[in-house]
Amino acid sequence: MTHMPSRRLFLQAGLAAGGGLLIGLRLPGHNRALAAPEVEPFAPNAFIRVAPDETITLIMSHTEVGQGVYTSACMLIAEELEVGLDQITAEHAPPNNALYADPFLGEQATGGSTSTRAGWKPLRQAGAAARIMLVQAAAEKWHVDPATCTAEHGVVHHTPSGRSLSYGKLASAAGLLPVPKDVTLKPASAFKLIGTPAKRIDTPAKVNGSLRFGIDVQVPGMKIGTVAASPVLGGKLISIDEAAARAILGVRDVVKLDNAVAVIGDHMWAAICGLKAAAPKWDDGPNAGLSSASIVQSLAAASDADGVEAHASGNAKAAIASVTKRLDAVYQLPFLSHAPMEPINTTLHVRPDGADVWLGTQVPPRTQAVVARITGLRPDQVTVHNHYMGGAFGRRLDVDSVEQAARIAKNLAYPVKLIWSREEDIQHDFYRPYYYDKVSAGLDVNGKIVGWLHRTTCSSVMARWLPAGMQKGGKLDPDTVECAVETPYEFPAQLNQFVQVENPGVIVAWWRGVGPTHNVFVVESAMDELAALAGVDPIEFRRRHLGKDPRARAVLDLVAEKSGWGQPLPKGTGRGVGLQIAFGSWLATVVEASVSERGEILLHNVYVVADVGPVVNPDTLAAQLEGGMIFGLSMAMYSEITHFKGRVEQSNFHDYRALRINEAPKVHVHIVNNPNAPIGGVGEAGTAAASAPLANAIFAATGRRLRRIPFATGQLSQA
Amino acid sequence: MFELTVNGTSRQVDVPADMPVLWVLRDVLAMTGTKFGCGIAQCGACTVHLDGNPVRSCLLTVGDAAGKQITTIEGVGATPEGAKIQKAWLDLEVMQCGYCQCGQIMSATALIKAKPTPTDTDIDEAMSGNICRCGTYVRIRAAIHAAAAA
Amino acid sequence: MKITFVAAALVLATPALAADSGEYLARAADCVACHTAPGGTPYAGGREFKLPFGTIYSPNITPDPETGVGAYTDAEWVAALHDGIGHGGRHLFPAMPYNSYTLMSSQDALAIKGYLFSLKPVHAPATPDRLRFPFNQRWGMAFWNILNNPRHRFEADSTKSADWNRGAYLVQALGHCDQCHTPRNWMQGLKNGSAYSGARQVGWLAYNITSDPVHGIGGWKDQDLEHYLATGTAPGHGPASGPMAEVITNSTRFMTPADIHAMVVYLRSIPPVAAGPEVVAASVAPAPVDPLGASVFAAACQGCHLPTGSGRQSAWAALGGDHAVGDPNGTNMVQILAHGSDMQTPSGYVFMHAFTGAFTDAELAAVANYVTAQLGGRQSQVTPEKIAAARAE
Ligand code: FES
Ligand code: FES
Repeated sequence: MTHMPSRRLFLQAGLAAGGGLLIGLRLPGHNRALAAPEVEPFAPNAFIRVAPDETITLIMSHTEVGQGVYTSACMLIAEELEVGLDQITAEHAPPNNALYADPFLGEQATGGSTSTRAGWKPLRQAGAAARIMLVQAAAEKWHVDPATCTAEHGVVHHTPSGRSLSYGKLASAAGLLPVPKDVTLKPASAFKLIGTPAKRIDTPAKVNGSLRFGIDVQVPGMKIGTVAASPVLGGKLISIDEAAARAILGVRDVVKLDNAVAVIGDHMWAAICGLKAAAPKWDDGPNAGLSSASIVQSLAAASDADGVEAHASGNAKAAIASVTKRLDAVYQLPFLSHAPMEPINTTLHVRPDGADVWLGTQVPPRTQAVVARITGLRPDQVTVHNHYMGGAFGRRLDVDSVEQAARIAKNLAYPVKLIWSREEDIQHDFYRPYYYDKVSAGLDVNGKIVGWLHRTTCSSVMARWLPAGMQKGGKLDPDTVECAVETPYEFPAQLNQFVQVENPGVIVAWWRGVGPTHNVFVVESAMDELAALAGVDPIEFRRRHLGKDPRARAVLDLVAEKSGWGQPLPKGTGRGVGLQIAFGSWLATVVEASVSERGEILLHNVYVVADVGPVVNPDTLAAQLEGGMIFGLSMAMYSEITHFKGRVEQSNFHDYRALRINEAPKVHVHIVNNPNAPIGGVGEAGTAAASAPLANAIFAATGRRLRRIPFATGQLSQA
Repeated sequence: MFELTVNGTSRQVDVPADMPVLWVLRDVLAMTGTKFGCGIAQCGACTVHLDGNPVRSCLLTVGDAAGKQITTIEGVGATPEGAKIQKAWLDLEVMQCGYCQCGQIMSATALIKAKPTPTDTDIDEAMSGNICRCGTYVRIRAAIHAAAAA
Repeated sequence: MKITFVAAALVLATPALAADSGEYLARAADCVACHTAPGGTPYAGGREFKLPFGTIYSPNITPDPETGVGAYTDAEWVAALHDGIGHGGRHLFPAMPYNSYTLMSSQDALAIKGYLFSLKPVHAPATPDRLRFPFNQRWGMAFWNILNNPRHRFEADSTKSADWNRGAYLVQALGHCDQCHTPRNWMQGLKNGSAYSGARQVGWLAYNITSDPVHGIGGWKDQDLEHYLATGTAPGHGPASGPMAEVITNSTRFMTPADIHAMVVYLRSIPPVAAGPEVVAASVAPAPVDPLGASVFAAACQGCHLPTGSGRQSAWAALGGDHAVGDPNGTNMVQILAHGSDMQTPSGYVFMHAFTGAFTDAELAAVANYVTAQLGGRQSQVTPEKIAAARAE
């Protein structure tokens, strides 16, 4: 189990440039991989500015990718600062690892469903401290006892004398006061804003088209380009027909890199036509022979031997050696592309003395560093203008496209916006790894699990993205066993192993729901198979194996009730259940699905019961669970990246298919009220929860057990 | 030179005849509300109205659009149906990342114009060409019903 | 929905060529289609042809003396086009339509040679053919020729109009339309007596283009046929696809209005033969549909084609009246779904992408049958197996 470390109050205050109160605070990060370093001296990574013009701004190190974090962070501050949500604006922080680093990740990054969890306490403390200082400033001005003053909606009142002053008028005086030592936070019962379905602050501009995503950036003098990189990773550009490209009306430049070519024009259409005319020819290089079949073969072969031990309790191998009923199953999850709706893009202006970068990124400092490295500039000469992202799902934690853009833009004297086609995006993604998981488990005569063996074979994202996060001397990638080592269940003997296999032609990356999206599918599928083996109802079977965790039991019981578990269904329809503890949240899910005679899978209803501890914004929470569930079901139904002759075979939404509205189930979300527990994350929980209950529902409907994702691409029509 | 009427305003553009309206809007007229998502008519992010019908601007050439009325997300709020849909979208907090939503709103507006009180089936049929990777479908359905009832 | 053709009138990107220039004639004869590998240099050869008796590759016809046609004398060139005998006396395989080109005048044949010799020579050695015995015996072609090659020049029919004669020459000699549209005999020669009544070619069905009103083009208006040849689509008849889309792309869209008109005049005179799928009206009463097909169509097709198939993006997306939607075998529908189709038109590039792995064979079969039912008003029998076979090609 992972817990948020309890931390002392880390605040610093002072006068803001241009007057007003500036409060710096530290948002602790959360990363499963790293031990918590006590970082000293104080380095704030978020700032609240109360300006004389009455504006209140939160400068956030975490970025908005659609999860509503700006709104929930502002709600936390506003609650204690006693202002309305409409009085606060959120701003993207510039890249600055010194100021904004997440101390656990060691850098400024957004991911892992941590943003709201990280801010839960510190943001409220900062809001409260600011309020106390503003009240203090008013009290000193009026020569009254601060205890006789109250703050409300951005104004301090002294009721006995009927005087009042706005925060803006008090801000500069407050900036000279010391930070209060003790800050008492409101009890949950006194919350006015937290726990209410507040409106998101970023939506009005999204509804009328005025919000600018990275791809919408317009800079004076800017040209637009598009890129083709070698279709095989590691391949090289041999030749292009540059004359043909330049002959296209509107084409301005053609830039050749060793492994890619870019055509730049007055508009995207000129660039697209120019790139087509350039008809690049490639030398496929060393990975020309790569194929999905060979990758799976190598994973299967490697999975035969013991791997690095991630967890061992009891002697699981011995425990299942002599049982009468045992399960030996292989579960497979394919490579996945992120395919966020906003295609990859970077706008860059490289000059001899500096550079500007406009884009939406989850990692501003990595962006800055890579542009500096490629252009030879110092990082402080590179300005990153971060933008709202049209989805990311982990894709914008990598900066390969920024590196490519910098290599191109440094040849050009003008600002250039480089946009990847959807085909380029799907075929040059960094992919979620292919997981090949073996589970063996045995039942005793009473239908209880006596031993559990789970071996994951895959390549490691951690080893590439954050080598410091590897454990056991660099041998264990903890992400690959998250939610496999810690399940909601107690087994008398349990062994978890990780076997690392790297495939040269494929780069792997974080993908929404990370480790849990992989392991919850495996664990919850295997639990269902064992329930069937024991002849016990799947929910009852889970109950019998729960540890001493009342929250798991509560969500499981509630989902049974909400979903009408056990009540009759039409023939061909089934219910499947899943249970998980991931990202600090407890989720139980029931999927109701049917399978037609032809083998089509139809999704009807999904019931999600979530206990996430305190709820900041119940509406955002429900939205994240609904969306995360649809995203996860999309994956379970359709998503798969395959390779042949070194190339990715999929290219766009007609073959890297996403769930559409006519295929989407109704999603019913129920939130358990648990305000005093530690706060959990939700951005990824729904995605992790989706696939196992669907597999289990298909089993209930048909008796067919699907152990390989995706389900809907023909597995059921094959005999 | 082509003459386009965008949100009621006439615009002259000097571009190749086969240039998709998507890029004319975004790169020539600087109207970036209309989004690029796939370029092959699969995602609906680029949906605009051509003489009131929803079309994929990524495959609609300027030659084919010349002389007709184009409505984009920047102008759809001026129509009664567009305003209703936008309000429902805000009331129900449909948006997550928001990138697909301009296209969703254009398709939804065309739907309630054609069918003022659509059923779930009508909604599924009319909206199934618009992909949302964030998975906001549950709320899109609800918001269209809300707009229809408004 | 009324379909207008603003676009077609807008741009004819290429400056018109004189109808007797070598380049124009080479286009009319569509040499480039066969003599270019996918993505390769035009006329450098290498395109694969899977024929019933093996696989052959088109040769390089750029003027490279070693690997191309640079060494051909005028006489040899004419012999190749007229008699199927190449440089050095080698028999050509009749994948090269010399049994049509034999009708071409020597003057036009040499004009084409002149044009090809003006191109940049490309060094592109031939890919060896893979043919089964006895078809790998080129001398055998001598007998084939006796039976299947008419070996005479086009002779004008003085009882017919000048347009008819010009059209007949373009259709028969240069356009070699019969090579696809006329069924073949057991020797892969063209069957006499059923000329232009439709045939299966590389998995696609080349439709009946006789003047039969039920199976052929008897019901088309002249202006629609002309429009179709010039732009690749016509109101109420749907767009061209597959190999016909290639013909439009490479050949007919470059032809002068007068020549296109002449071709139509000639096509009108081809005697009717009742064969092949019946044509379909532009709007029909839908036949019962399968819900799976309807849901796939709604998600992946109607964005461009509209629920009614009337096409909302462009004239080329209008499917009503397309011969393909009336074919109960769904031959071309299956090909389009499995392999896609694209075409260069006077107002730009249009395409239909192929549907690959993410859609199951059952889903694509269902959507094919849905389209036939909805737009053709007929029940088609596309099975998942047919889709699987086409995808595997
Ligand atoms: S960009 Fe036009 S449909 Fe996707
Ligand atoms: S809201 Fe993000 S793609 Fe729809």
